[in-house]
Amino acid sequence: MNRALYIIPLALFLFFAGLAGYMLTQNKIQNVPSQMIEQPLPEFTLAPALEGMPGVSKSDFVGGKPRLLNIWASWCLPCIAEAPHLERLKEEGVEIIGVAVRDRPEAVQDFLARYGNPYTRIGSDDISSLMLEVGASGVPETYVIDAQGNIRYQHIGDVREETVDLLLEKLEEAQ
Amino acid sequence: MRGLLLAFLALIAVPLAAQDTMPPAPYAYTQLDDPALEAQAVELMETLRCLKCQSQSIHDSDAPMAGDMRHQVRTRLLAGESPEQIRSWLIQRYGDYVSYQPEVSSTTWPLFAIPLLLLLVVAAILLRRLGKRRAEDDAETGVDA
Amino acid sequence: MIAEIGLAALWLSAALAVLQMVSGAFGLRADGAQMAAYARPAAVVQAFLAVLAFCMLLWAFAITDLSIKLVATNSHSMKPLIFKLAGTWGNHEGSMLLWVTVLAFSGGLIALLERRLPEKTMSATLGVQGFVALGFYAFLLLSSNPFERLPVPAVEGSGLNPLLQDIGLAFHPPTLYIGYVGISVAFSLAMGALITRQVTPDFAKVMRPWVLGAWVFLTLGITAGSYWAYYELGWGGWWFWDPVENASLMPWLAATALLHSVSVLAARDALRTWTIMLGVLAFSMSMLGTFLVRSGVLTSVHAFAVDPERGTFILGLLGLYIGGSLLIFALRAGSIAEGKRFTATSREGALVFNNVMLSAILAIVLLGTLYPLLTEAFDVRVSVGPPYFNPAGAIFAIPMLIVMAIGPLLRWKSDKPARIQLELSILAAIVIAVVALVAFLGDYSILPILGLALAVALGVAAFLPLRGRNLMRLPLATWGMVVAHFGIAVALFGMASESAFTSEKLAAMAPGDSTEVAGWNVELLGVEPVAGPNWTAMEGRIAVARGDEAPTIIGPQARNFWSPPQPTSESTLVTRLDGQLYVVIGDQAGFDENGAARWQVRVWWKPFVTFIWYGGLLVSLGGVMAIIGRLLADLRRRRAKTKGDERREDVAALSDEAMPEPAE
Repeated sequence: MNRALYIIPLALFLFFAGLAGYMLTQNKIQNVPSQMIEQPLPEFTLAPALEGMPGVSKSDFVGGKPRLLNIWASWCLPCIAEAPHLERLKEEGVEIIGVAVRDRPEAVQDFLARYGNPYTRIGSDDISSLMLEVGASGVPETYVIDAQGNIRYQHIGDVREETVDLLLEKLEEAQ
Repeated sequence: MRGLLLAFLALIAVPLAAQDTMPPAPYAYTQLDDPALEAQAVELMETLRCLKCQSQSIHDSDAPMAGDMRHQVRTRLLAGESPEQIRSWLIQRYGDYVSYQPEVSSTTWPLFAIPLLLLLVVAAILLRRLGKRRAEDDAETGVDA
Repeated sequence: MIAEIGLAALWLSAALAVLQMVSGAFGLRADGAQMAAYARPAAVVQAFLAVLAFCMLLWAFAITDLSIKLVATNSHSMKPLIFKLAGTWGNHEGSMLLWVTVLAFSGGLIALLERRLPEKTMSATLGVQGFVALGFYAFLLLSSNPFERLPVPAVEGSGLNPLLQDIGLAFHPPTLYIGYVGISVAFSLAMGALITRQVTPDFAKVMRPWVLGAWVFLTLGITAGSYWAYYELGWGGWWFWDPVENASLMPWLAATALLHSVSVLAARDALRTWTIMLGVLAFSMSMLGTFLVRSGVLTSVHAFAVDPERGTFILGLLGLYIGGSLLIFALRAGSIAEGKRFTATSREGALVFNNVMLSAILAIVLLGTLYPLLTEAFDVRVSVGPPYFNPAGAIFAIPMLIVMAIGPLLRWKSDKPARIQLELSILAAIVIAVVALVAFLGDYSILPILGLALAVALGVAAFLPLRGRNLMRLPLATWGMVVAHFGIAVALFGMASESAFTSEKLAAMAPGDSTEVAGWNVELLGVEPVAGPNWTAMEGRIAVARGDEAPTIIGPQARNFWSPPQPTSESTLVTRLDGQLYVVIGDQAGFDENGAARWQVRVWWKPFVTFIWYGGLLVSLGGVMAIIGRLLADLRRRRAKTKGDERREDVAALSDEAMPEPAE
């Protein structure tokens, strides 16, 4: 009886060591994925981020074909890196709706002049309200929204070469 | 010399530019007028996790995103929502990760079951060690081999 | 040359650790005495060499030798000297070298000083100690060489994380490491005793000062770390239940349990297997802490040296030492008798109760800390924080505190509760009175109220064992217990008071504006730019005054370090007997109606918050008193023995006086 009890600490330790060993081989999850996938986009209205372009609200995502929602900011370095890939998506005929986070109109203007403007409309989100609504935890993030206004896919981080095809595929799926 | 210094400053200005320069959200650093409501806000904010920082609550963080979350908490309380409604609003978007207060769910039940089990184990150990009232059994029950 | 001397010393130490291990193992054989004689000198010389290696690294940091990779990546020539030196252990390799140095040093110390144990047990202990040290030498030399040279020396170092550029870095890690490593000596002793089946009161007396010493340093380290986080992070929190904080708390909990159980073993020859188990557990927890901090498997504010390869190495060491010792424990423990019996209502009974409670709290902390790791294996992320740890820990902490108040009043072996009826009713009355008073004062949550009540009761109870005893003749170790228990009460009072009564004020102020918090008037006089050796800052000049007293001018800063670039808040604390005013200045927050810039100012009044750390210091002081008391008693006993050889008739009288184990 007693002898069996003395094995318990060893058993618990081996369980821990196995778990820790397994976790060391895994890539650590760095991101906080949104739980809003397959959920309708919440109602929201954002003022235009700069003069001459329309703002964004939920109704802009309803009807027609699936769209991309790109959350970015002029002060975010990875956003510069993803600009050419967004441009390519635009050339493929994808409608990209942008939301600039905690940004100033002149900075947005400057960024678009420098790195191109793939967006059909850009809303301004000064208090992360849309980010919190869709479960975004950083910039940049890109969402696939279907024509009924449902969130279908979330890409965390900058859009890269290989992400373009993935996003096109997801847009296709959302038809 | 001055040029060199400026060049250096320009170099170090690059990483700093990765921060936004916007003023924080109105209620990020402003307390609610009603002390009772503010106390509720603080209590809730202390148990919500800052998503951009390494294990800090939004009440303890200077990250802009944490400020925006504080703003949400305070405005929603002001609009009459209960703290638990706000918590579940966030959990609905970010999952259990955003709340430091685990709720009993399919992924967290062991956190609550194991302490209960522990209570039983503790009770068993104490009963075994202390339950028998045998003070007279004081003789050496064994020798060190 | 510096780096080469250091590296050579380290390799030699490793070789000596092999010698120590092998000769220690020979000591277990009947014919091994000749080989076993090398164990002690090997340990002593090794200690000298390890200290030499560490001094070399310290020197390299002091002169900012940028040809050494570690210095180049973690230091900067413009840093103040004190932070250059402290920066030696502000990184993975340096802190590991400090760890190993302390390990070798304490190994040398025990080899040099300890003569009471049976030779075999001593050999086994030194062998285990050498084995443990060897693993860490291998880790340093093979995967984390602190002396690695750069092919081309760097022009300038990349600097140290500004949060670490604080005097806290000079104290917190070294004390904590000494604590962790001191526990490794207790572990080696426990293994030595288990292997040679010599779990006796004599062994417990040898082990006790090491456990006490390690425990004192752990207490100091945790106290210093908590205060450091409190003033450095700028939000007034002193405990976050962060994985790394938990990693330092868990060995402390285990060491506290071990400390009490080893005392029972020394005084009463009971709790033998339990003591050994706790010895293994305490060391496991300090190894686990190392693993969690350095492998990066958990998310923590202390994210440093995150490297899966190192994690694998430490996990290997963990498996070797902890797995191995638990295996030996499983095989051997059955043959160690439990020792003497006692009833539930006795000093031992109370100690066992609290040992079990401490272990249960440890289990809760361990569960809460590791649980996110478990769910991440299934790709689910959860957070476990204060709302879990506080109540779950309290389930076991509250009964523990109650028994802690009563236990020292009980007699050894067997006692009748009726005998201490008076004391019990006094304590119960105090608890009820405080709960009633606080509930009357306002609407507070249940845990802080209970904390306050138990703190006051425990504070009184700590001194009750002195009743009816001759204070002049009371052993120093007993005083130590009184002071340490009182320290727990003081710390608990501070924690409960801070969580119940803190007032917070956030304000956007232009120069000339003032605000009020908890009877303090806070006026912003102005904000000016200031510069330090490696930072620039905006410094607020703020006048604070309570009631009618003359204002105190303070200068909290919002600093921007430039290598590496990072902002920090330098808070200012105004300390009073009944608490602290905590003032922080943040970013600029727009302009007021007159166009003057407004600044974010955060102010907290935290009643009795300082008691948390005073309590921690008292606990450590109690530990130090107990160590001194034990050592003095031991010295007296030895002197009595020498004298006794000359005058045999005096032996009985003298040792009678010194021999009885002071009760505590």
